[in-house]
Amino acid sequence: MIFLTRRATFSASHYYWNEAWPAEKNQQVFGRCANRNGHGHNYTLEVTVAGEPDPVTGFVVDLKWLKDVMEREVLSAYDHRHLNLETPEFKSAIPTTENIAIAVWKRLEPAINAGGGAKLSRIRVYETPEIFAEYRGGL
Amino acid sequence: MSDAGKAYFGRRYLVSASHRLHTESLTAEENRAAYGKCNNAHGHGHNYVIEMLVGGAVDAATGMVVDLVVLDGTVGERILDRFDRANLNLDPLFADRVPTTENLCQAIFNLLCDALPAGELEYVRVEETENNFFECSARG
Repeated sequence: MIFLTRRATFSASHYYWNEAWPAEKNQQVFGRCANRNGHGHNYTLEVTVAGEPDPVTGFVVDLKWLKDVMEREVLSAYDHRHLNLETPEFKSAIPTTENIAIAVWKRLEPAINAGGGAKLSRIRVYETPEIFAEYRGGL
Repeated sequence: MSDAGKAYFGRRYLVSASHRLHTESLTAEENRAAYGKCNNAHGHGHNYVIEMLVGGAVDAATGMVVDLVVLDGTVGERILDRFDRANLNLDPLFADRVPTTENLCQAIFNLLCDALPAGELEYVRVEETENNFFECSARG
Protein backbone atom coordinates (compact mmCIF):
# COMPACT_ATOMS: atom_id res chain seq x y z
CA MET A 1 0.00 0.00 0.00
CA ILE A 2 1.33 3.42 -0.95
CA PHE A 3 0.18 6.64 0.68
CA LEU A 4 0.29 9.69 -1.53
CA THR A 5 -0.23 13.22 -0.22
CA ARG A 6 -1.07 16.35 -2.13
CA ARG A 7 -0.85 19.75 -0.45
CA ALA A 8 -2.81 22.92 -1.26
CA THR A 9 -3.43 26.23 0.43
CA PHE A 10 -6.49 28.37 0.87
CA SER A 11 -7.13 31.63 2.67
CA ALA A 12 -10.40 32.07 4.50
CA SER A 13 -12.00 33.88 7.39
CA HIS A 14 -14.08 32.51 10.24
CA TYR A 15 -15.23 33.03 13.80
CA TYR A 16 -16.24 30.65 16.60
CA TRP A 17 -19.73 31.08 18.01
CA ASN A 18 -22.30 28.68 19.44
CA GLU A 19 -25.78 30.17 18.94
CA ALA A 20 -27.12 28.07 21.83
CA TRP A 21 -24.92 29.92 24.31
CA PRO A 22 -25.14 33.47 25.70
CA ALA A 23 -22.50 35.92 24.50
CA GLU A 24 -20.54 35.70 27.76
CA LYS A 25 -20.06 31.96 27.46
CA ASN A 26 -18.95 32.27 23.84
CA GLN A 27 -16.39 34.88 24.90
CA GLN A 28 -15.25 32.71 27.77
CA VAL A 29 -14.83 29.49 25.76
CA PHE A 30 -13.60 30.86 22.44
CA GLY A 31 -11.75 34.01 23.54
CA ARG A 32 -10.51 36.14 20.67
CA CYS A 33 -11.86 33.61 18.15
CA ALA A 34 -15.39 34.69 19.15
CA ASN A 35 -14.98 38.16 17.58
CA ARG A 36 -18.05 38.34 15.33
CA ASN A 37 -16.23 40.39 12.71
CA GLY A 38 -14.16 37.28 12.03
CA HIS A 39 -10.47 36.80 11.40
CA GLY A 40 -8.54 34.82 8.83
CA HIS A 41 -5.85 32.23 8.21
CA ASN A 42 -3.70 30.90 5.43
CA TYR A 43 -4.72 27.27 5.72
CA THR A 44 -2.64 24.41 4.38
CA LEU A 45 -4.58 21.33 3.36
CA GLU A 46 -2.97 17.89 3.04
CA VAL A 47 -4.97 15.18 1.31
CA THR A 48 -3.59 11.64 1.63
CA VAL A 49 -4.88 8.80 -0.52
CA ALA A 50 -3.93 5.14 -0.25
CA GLY A 51 -3.68 2.51 -2.96
CA GLU A 52 -1.44 0.35 -5.09
CA PRO A 53 0.56 1.78 -8.00
CA ASP A 54 -1.08 1.08 -11.36
CA PRO A 55 1.05 -1.53 -13.19
CA VAL A 56 1.00 0.51 -16.40
CA THR A 57 1.40 4.10 -15.19
CA GLY A 58 3.09 3.53 -11.82
CA PHE A 59 0.61 6.02 -10.33
CA VAL A 60 -1.53 5.49 -7.22
CA VAL A 61 -3.62 8.34 -8.61
CA ASP A 62 -2.96 10.90 -11.30
CA LEU A 63 -1.80 13.98 -9.35
CA LYS A 64 -3.34 16.35 -11.87
CA TRP A 65 -6.69 14.60 -11.40
CA LEU A 66 -6.33 14.84 -7.61
CA LYS A 67 -5.47 18.52 -7.89
CA ASP A 68 -8.56 19.14 -10.01
CA VAL A 69 -10.80 17.25 -7.54
CA MET A 70 -9.42 19.27 -4.61
CA GLU A 71 -9.89 22.50 -6.55
CA ARG A 72 -13.47 21.66 -7.58
CA GLU A 73 -14.72 20.16 -4.31
CA VAL A 74 -12.88 22.25 -1.70
CA LEU A 75 -10.79 25.21 -2.82
CA SER A 76 -13.46 26.74 -5.05
CA ALA A 77 -15.80 26.76 -2.03
CA TYR A 78 -13.32 27.80 0.70
CA ASP A 79 -10.60 29.98 -0.84
CA HIS A 80 -11.09 33.69 -0.15
CA ARG A 81 -14.43 33.00 1.53
CA HIS A 82 -15.92 33.57 4.95
CA LEU A 83 -16.51 30.01 6.15
CA ASN A 84 -19.36 30.84 8.57
CA LEU A 85 -21.26 32.93 6.05
CA GLU A 86 -20.54 31.29 2.70
CA THR A 87 -20.32 27.52 3.17
CA PRO A 88 -23.43 25.45 3.94
CA GLU A 89 -21.67 23.01 6.32
CA PHE A 90 -20.73 25.81 8.69
CA LYS A 91 -24.22 27.26 9.00
CA SER A 92 -24.66 24.76 11.83
CA ALA A 93 -21.19 23.47 12.70
CA ILE A 94 -18.50 25.79 14.10
CA PRO A 95 -15.61 26.08 11.62
CA THR A 96 -12.92 24.87 14.02
CA THR A 97 -9.89 23.23 12.45
CA GLU A 98 -11.28 19.84 13.52
CA ASN A 99 -14.62 20.48 11.82
CA ILE A 100 -12.91 21.83 8.69
CA ALA A 101 -10.92 18.57 8.45
CA ILE A 102 -14.16 16.56 8.75
CA ALA A 103 -15.97 18.77 6.23
CA VAL A 104 -13.13 18.46 3.72
CA TRP A 105 -13.27 14.67 4.11
CA LYS A 106 -17.01 14.69 3.38
CA ARG A 107 -16.48 16.86 0.31
CA LEU A 108 -13.65 14.75 -1.10
CA GLU A 109 -14.46 11.16 -0.19
CA PRO A 110 -17.20 10.48 -2.81
CA ALA A 111 -15.20 11.97 -5.68
CA ILE A 112 -11.89 10.34 -4.76
CA ASN A 113 -13.30 6.91 -4.04
CA ALA A 114 -15.35 7.07 -7.26
CA GLY A 115 -12.11 7.63 -9.16
CA GLY A 116 -11.38 3.94 -8.71
CA GLY A 117 -7.64 4.26 -8.16
CA ALA A 118 -7.29 4.92 -4.46
CA LYS A 119 -9.18 5.49 -1.26
CA LEU A 120 -9.13 8.66 0.79
CA SER A 121 -6.97 7.95 3.85
CA ARG A 122 -6.32 11.16 5.76
CA ILE A 123 -7.14 14.85 5.78
CA ARG A 124 -4.87 17.24 7.61
CA VAL A 125 -5.66 20.96 7.88
CA TYR A 126 -3.06 23.40 9.20
CA GLU A 127 -4.57 26.60 10.56
CA THR A 128 -1.08 27.92 11.35
CA PRO A 129 2.27 26.12 11.10
CA GLU A 130 1.84 25.19 14.80
CA ILE A 131 -1.84 24.19 14.89
CA PHE A 132 -3.46 21.46 12.82
CA ALA A 133 -6.25 18.93 12.85
CA GLU A 134 -6.55 15.52 11.28
CA TYR A 135 -9.42 13.25 10.26
CA ARG A 136 -9.23 9.65 9.05
CA GLY A 137 -12.91 8.93 8.49
CA GLY A 138 -15.75 7.88 10.77
CA LEU A 139 -15.45 5.00 13.17
CA MET B 1 -20.81 16.54 13.25
CA SER B 2 -21.34 14.32 16.27
CA ASP B 3 -21.61 11.30 13.94
CA ALA B 4 -18.10 11.87 12.70
CA GLY B 5 -16.26 9.71 15.21
CA LYS B 6 -12.70 10.44 16.11
CA ALA B 7 -10.68 13.43 14.94
CA TYR B 8 -7.22 14.60 15.87
CA PHE B 9 -5.75 17.90 16.99
CA GLY B 10 -2.09 18.65 16.42
CA ARG B 11 0.19 21.21 17.98
CA ARG B 12 3.86 22.13 17.69
CA TYR B 13 5.97 23.65 20.48
CA LEU B 14 9.55 24.90 20.62
CA VAL B 15 12.05 23.94 23.31
CA SER B 16 15.65 25.16 23.40
CA ALA B 17 17.87 22.94 25.49
CA SER B 18 21.40 21.59 25.76
CA HIS B 19 22.63 18.04 26.09
CA ARG B 20 25.71 15.88 25.93
CA LEU B 21 25.62 12.31 24.69
CA HIS B 22 27.81 10.36 27.07
CA THR B 23 27.44 7.18 29.10
CA GLU B 24 29.48 6.01 32.05
CA SER B 25 29.21 2.45 30.80
CA LEU B 26 31.62 3.21 27.93
CA THR B 27 35.21 4.39 28.06
CA ALA B 28 36.14 7.89 26.91
CA GLU B 29 37.32 6.48 23.57
CA GLU B 30 34.17 4.39 23.16
CA ASN B 31 31.98 7.40 23.96
CA ARG B 32 33.86 9.43 21.37
CA ALA B 33 33.45 6.64 18.83
CA ALA B 34 29.72 6.18 19.55
CA TYR B 35 28.64 9.79 19.81
CA GLY B 36 31.27 11.76 17.85
CA LYS B 37 30.91 15.52 18.24
CA CYS B 38 27.77 15.03 20.38
CA ASN B 39 30.15 13.75 23.07
CA ASN B 40 31.82 17.18 23.41
CA ALA B 41 32.47 17.57 27.15
CA HIS B 42 30.71 20.91 27.46
CA GLY B 43 27.57 19.87 25.64
CA HIS B 44 25.73 21.66 22.84
CA GLY B 45 22.15 22.74 22.20
CA HIS B 46 19.21 22.44 19.84
CA ASN B 47 15.95 24.18 19.09
CA TYR B 48 13.75 21.12 19.48
CA VAL B 49 10.30 21.12 17.90
CA ILE B 50 7.85 18.98 19.84
CA GLU B 51 4.85 17.96 17.77
CA MET B 52 1.96 16.05 19.24
CA LEU B 53 -1.34 14.67 18.02
CA VAL B 54 -4.28 14.26 20.39
CA GLY B 55 -7.31 12.21 19.35
CA GLY B 56 -10.89 12.13 20.53
CA ALA B 57 -14.51 12.83 19.72
CA VAL B 58 -15.36 16.30 18.44
CA ASP B 59 -17.36 18.05 21.16
CA ALA B 60 -20.74 18.93 19.64
CA ALA B 61 -20.98 22.29 21.45
CA THR B 62 -17.46 23.62 20.79
CA GLY B 63 -16.43 21.79 17.61
CA MET B 64 -13.18 20.90 19.35
CA VAL B 65 -11.35 17.69 20.19
CA VAL B 66 -9.40 19.45 22.91
CA ASP B 67 -9.33 23.01 24.23
CA LEU B 68 -6.12 24.56 22.91
CA VAL B 69 -5.73 26.72 26.01
CA VAL B 70 -6.03 23.69 28.31
CA LEU B 71 -3.59 21.67 26.18
CA ASP B 72 -1.10 24.58 26.14
CA GLY B 73 -1.42 24.81 29.93
CA THR B 74 -0.71 21.10 30.43
CA VAL B 75 2.20 21.03 27.99
CA GLY B 76 3.56 24.28 29.41
CA GLU B 77 3.53 22.97 32.95
CA ARG B 78 4.74 19.42 32.27
CA ILE B 79 7.11 19.90 29.35
CA LEU B 80 8.08 23.48 28.48
CA ASP B 81 8.70 24.68 32.04
CA ARG B 82 10.77 21.58 32.64
CA PHE B 83 12.88 21.35 29.50
CA ASP B 84 13.01 24.81 27.87
CA ARG B 85 16.32 26.57 28.51
CA ALA B 86 17.48 23.54 30.49
CA ASN B 87 20.46 21.22 30.42
CA LEU B 88 18.81 17.86 29.76
CA ASN B 89 21.66 15.89 31.37
CA LEU B 90 20.83 17.50 34.73
CA ASP B 91 17.16 16.44 34.67
CA PRO B 92 16.49 13.47 37.00
CA LEU B 93 14.88 11.62 34.06
CA PHE B 94 18.32 11.45 32.47
CA ALA B 95 20.27 10.56 35.60
CA ASP B 96 20.79 7.05 34.26
CA ARG B 97 19.77 7.49 30.63
CA VAL B 98 21.55 9.31 27.84
CA PRO B 99 19.50 12.31 26.68
CA THR B 100 19.37 11.23 23.07
CA THR B 101 16.36 12.58 21.23
CA GLU B 102 14.94 9.04 21.22
CA ASN B 103 14.97 9.04 25.01
CA LEU B 104 13.71 12.62 25.19
CA CYS B 105 10.81 11.73 22.89
CA GLN B 106 9.88 8.74 25.03
CA ALA B 107 10.15 10.78 28.25
CA ILE B 108 7.87 13.50 26.85
CA PHE B 109 5.38 10.89 25.64
CA ASN B 110 5.26 9.29 29.11
CA LEU B 111 4.95 12.64 30.92
CA LEU B 112 2.03 13.65 28.66
CA CYS B 113 0.33 10.26 28.78
CA ASP B 114 0.11 10.66 32.54
CA ALA B 115 -1.29 14.19 32.22
CA LEU B 116 -3.86 13.67 29.45
CA PRO B 117 -7.02 11.52 29.58
CA ALA B 118 -6.35 7.88 28.66
CA GLY B 119 -6.08 7.16 24.96
CA GLU B 120 -5.90 10.80 23.88
CA LEU B 121 -2.24 11.02 22.98
CA GLU B 122 -1.67 9.57 19.51
CA TYR B 123 2.01 10.39 19.06
CA VAL B 124 4.82 12.69 20.11
CA ARG B 125 7.40 13.72 17.54
CA VAL B 126 10.58 15.51 18.53
CA GLU B 127 12.52 17.23 15.77
CA GLU B 128 16.12 17.73 16.86
CA THR B 129 17.03 19.61 13.68
CA GLU B 130 15.23 20.20 10.40
CA ASN B 131 16.72 16.95 9.12
CA ASN B 132 16.16 14.43 11.89
CA PHE B 133 13.21 13.63 14.08
CA PHE B 134 11.95 10.88 16.35
CA GLU B 135 8.46 9.66 17.00
CA CYS B 136 6.85 7.77 19.84
CA SER B 137 3.28 6.44 19.86
CA ALA B 138 1.07 4.33 22.07
CA ARG B 139 1.40 1.52 19.55
CA GLY B 140 5.11 1.41 20.30
